[in-house]
Amino acid sequence: MGGYFTDLLTGTKSLIDGMWITLKEFPRKPVTLNYPHESVKMYKRFRGHIELIKNEEGTSNCIVCGMCERACPSSCISLAGKKPEGSKKKVLTSYILDFTTCSLCGSCVESCNFDALQFSNEYNLASTRREDFVFDLLKRLEAQE
Amino acid sequence: MSLTLLNAAVAVFIAICFVGLNAAYLVWCERKGAGFYQRRPGPMENGPWGLLQPPIDGVKLMTKQLLIPGGVDKAIFMVAPVLAMFPALISFVTIPFSKNIVAHPINVGVLMIFAFAALGGMSLLVAGWGSRNKYAMISSVRAVSQTVAYEIPMLITTITIVLVSGSLNLSEIAASQLGGFWKWNIWGFQEAVGYNILMPISFLIIFVCAVAETNRAPFDLGEAESELVAGFHTEYSSMGFGLFFMGEYANIVIGACLVTILFLGGWSSPVPLGFFPFTDHVGWFLLKIYMIIFVFIWIRWTFPRTTIYGLLNLSWKYLIPISLFNLLLTAALLKVF
Repeated sequence: MGGYFTDLLTGTKSLIDGMWITLKEFPRKPVTLNYPHESVKMYKRFRGHIELIKNEEGTSNCIVCGMCERACPSSCISLAGKKPEGSKKKVLTSYILDFTTCSLCGSCVESCNFDALQFSNEYNLASTRREDFVFDLLKRLEAQE
Repeated sequence: MSLTLLNAAVAVFIAICFVGLNAAYLVWCERKGAGFYQRRPGPMENGPWGLLQPPIDGVKLMTKQLLIPGGVDKAIFMVAPVLAMFPALISFVTIPFSKNIVAHPINVGVLMIFAFAALGGMSLLVAGWGSRNKYAMISSVRAVSQTVAYEIPMLITTITIVLVSGSLNLSEIAASQLGGFWKWNIWGFQEAVGYNILMPISFLIIFVCAVAETNRAPFDLGEAESELVAGFHTEYSSMGFGLFFMGEYANIVIGACLVTILFLGGWSSPVPLGFFPFTDHVGWFLLKIYMIIFVFIWIRWTFPRTTIYGLLNLSWKYLIPISLFNLLLTAALLKVF
């Protein structure tokens, strides 16, 4: 018989406490997002795949020095450029990133001396085909507004 | 009201519509409630606020294959879901929604509801026995021991109310509480209940029993999915499962109706002022039952599942002695005052 009524009272009190806690949460705003329709804005230092930085003229700062290509431990970057008539600098003609082998180490971004590369905020990547992960970053740059 | 054939047909039609709509949209309410208690929006995709979710779920259930596993007791297996839904539907016949809205007032309405509630327990046993599945079997044994344990305090508390109002007719029980919220049986300090200040505790007892009788969390030991797969309806697919599901929600409505009629004055207006929204009508009854259902949902999404020992201890060690004591006290006090 010991503790019969104290059990009853403490039990009832703890049940009421629990119900009060959930009731307080009931009218508050949801903390979740309606995912396919809304998504989280990714924070600035998130490491998505790399992308080219757009300068004021709307082109890339890349001078096709090839440092990123050399710095890449998994050889997933391949870039090409050509020197147009009457120009001193090379201009980028293609920048292919094979994201299937990229380990996001960031050596390419570190090695770039011309402020031409950065990590993107892209995190919604999904596909059933391997080819979808070979990105042409120059086209991506042009597609950006 | 005379019971002509047309009367009966209309009553059955309305009852089926009411039960079906309630079962479908209580699932929606439940999912929305679960969402809000967990700081989520709940179903949102189909229709505004996910309102088309229940009919779509229904279509999905109906189009699925009704699979009968090998080695089951076929007749029993097929009968069980019907047995789960049928008593719930029948019980609505005698529930008075207001003074005039009652399909057929029966003089022993309380008895009838309890008789059919017991049949609901039997459907769980039959489902578990017929499915040739050890988890379903364990689950139905649990569900039946629980139903039996909680029927006792529920009946004893109901007898208390029957003593107070002197009738087994649900309409008369509700009618005896008309005239303001201070006349409801939940309040102890009034002459009708013999100044028995333990009436609120009776209300709590019958409320807990209603939660347990409908096999809802935290008393859903029969559906303890972490231990028993899905419980007694493990082997049921398609509308077999759908009927169990609908029966469960219909039982919730019946539990809420019973609590409302016995303790909250049925269709009585809390403040009878004499003009429209404050007169005694069906709106108050519906408001009360949906508030009780809201509390059911609130409880479900607050508390974790108990153990089978905790569940049976609560009934046999607390609810039954307290309700018995309250019955004796009420009888004595009614004699005195």
